[in-house]
Amino acid sequence: MTDTSLVIAGKSFKSRFLLGTGKFKNKKDLKESIASSHSEIVTVALRRIDLERHEENILEYIPSHVTLLTNTSGARNAQEAVRLARLGRASGYGHWVKIEVINDSKYLLPDNQETVKATEILCAEGFVVLPYIAPDLYTARALVKAGAATVMPLGSFIGSNQGLKTRELIQVLINEIDVPIVVDAGIGAPSQAAEAMEMGADAVLVNTAVATAQNPPMIARAFAQAIEAGRLAYLSGLPQQEPAAHASSPLTGFLYDELDANQKHS
Amino acid sequence: MNLTQIKNILEDRRADSVEKLALEAALLTRQQFGRAISLYGPLYLSNFCSSHCTYCGFHSQNKIQRIKLEPEQYRKEMQFIHNQGLRNILMLTGESYKHTPVAYLKEAAAVASEYFQGLSLEVHPMQTDEYKELFAAGVDGITVYQETYDRARYAQVHLSGYKKDYDFRYATPFRAAEAGMRQISLGVLLGLADAAEDLYALYQHLRELEKTYPGVEYSVSFPRLRTVKDKTLASCDVDDWQFVKIIALTRLMFPRVGLNLSTREEPRLRDHLLEIGITRMSAGSNTSVGGYTLLDEEKQNPQFDIKDERPVDEIVRLLKSRNFDPVFTDWRHIENKS
Repeated sequence: MTDTSLVIAGKSFKSRFLLGTGKFKNKKDLKESIASSHSEIVTVALRRIDLERHEENILEYIPSHVTLLTNTSGARNAQEAVRLARLGRASGYGHWVKIEVINDSKYLLPDNQETVKATEILCAEGFVVLPYIAPDLYTARALVKAGAATVMPLGSFIGSNQGLKTRELIQVLINEIDVPIVVDAGIGAPSQAAEAMEMGADAVLVNTAVATAQNPPMIARAFAQAIEAGRLAYLSGLPQQEPAAHASSPLTGFLYDELDANQKHS
Repeated sequence: MNLTQIKNILEDRRADSVEKLALEAALLTRQQFGRAISLYGPLYLSNFCSSHCTYCGFHSQNKIQRIKLEPEQYRKEMQFIHNQGLRNILMLTGESYKHTPVAYLKEAAAVASEYFQGLSLEVHPMQTDEYKELFAAGVDGITVYQETYDRARYAQVHLSGYKKDYDFRYATPFRAAEAGMRQISLGVLLGLADAAEDLYALYQHLRELEKTYPGVEYSVSFPRLRTVKDKTLASCDVDDWQFVKIIALTRLMFPRVGLNLSTREEPRLRDHLLEIGITRMSAGSNTSVGGYTLLDEEKQNPQFDIKDERPVDEIVRLLKSRNFDPVFTDWRHIENKS
């Protein structure tokens, strides 16, 4: 069985691993992590792009074949996200934008309502919008209606490495939403990324777990492989998990008991 | 955490307990911030001051030359800071509505916007509407230290001027947040009162702010009292040992809060604190009005003496050699609307 490509807004990607670029200790690690993982979509905070200095400009470290996904990190409401996105497009960073609206500096949970508003405005202006949300079915439906290219629910608190704490809510989105579901935030280990893919997520975005690892390029590759493994498992269909002892038929075994008894008598 | 617990932690002198605290703090810092360290430069616009704070080099009774930079002068200073590579600026004045009114600060903000992506002010406390005006003019951050939360001590060291009003100052960060400010920095001046009590009160202040204005990025500073032109105006009894614990404990209490460190501290301590919890630092600083480009050193009147005189490029090299990522820009100018 062969996999199909991930398609977002009509563009095909072989890799289902999206990489975030924050928190890296140096830009060389970032560049090598993109290469080792073969990630084709890389997200960059607009607020962190240093336009004037080549050496510090993160964009210099992202190969040209990679799709640049700017993000609106730092925006506290829809209006700020919209203004940042427009500034990014006007500065020549393309029209793919991850909407991130966070108005809580303690938990960093996204504001779903403001995210929907920003998505409506930016989709109408021709942006390809990938909104980041706390998993919620109604929000996801509103985003699809607004024209979102994907829906990106969080697995757990951003940067927490806690994995799929929101598993059941993400499963609902996978079941009900027709645009690609990209699990974003909280994925701290390749096994957790594989789990998301086995559930049927279309892709996974990882940042902290790669950036803060001892060897970012190596763990980036591990994530990419886990995502591929999880995807294949999903496509093949996971075998049903069974209780350990399954030799007898506790509910219908009696049918055969009787049969046995009859046979003995005959 | 209650006051007794904080006191116990600060008084505990065992090497293994401070190491354990530092380790926990370091892990949290890396998880929340990675190895990114934001850099900023201070710019003193004016030293006119109507408050008499006994520990400060700018206080109203101190017979120093009073200077207020004119636009062409601060532009020159801004260009200097910009050329050092910094893109976040903290503009400071003494506390004087008369000499540095909102109109003056707005003009400075407009010029600063040409050179910097992040604009913060550390000036006299103002009203919400004034903060709104400044926010609309491009100012994103306000720094306002309570200095000490011990009311009796506060009254002893703040003898006259607006700063005498403890409650007005306490409510200042709330007004700034209400006006839409993106970053708010609080702090206590270590050496004025009991450190544990000040820490406890600061945590309460911060918690109250977080609940009321959750969208603001908060940061905290713990300046230790310094000499001014080698003259001691007050002394700080918080030693390095306790200082490390204050940084670590604050990180444990507030995993997401920014922790600032100024050039008051010595290079060796600054370098080590980066591993434990610091996320923002000033670099290449001069704390005199006109100190970067306009006045010779002997004519300068610093607010406090600095101990880390390394220029910005040296700090950047040091950060990189220690596997930190120096962050120059952390925001983009968008039209600010409250």
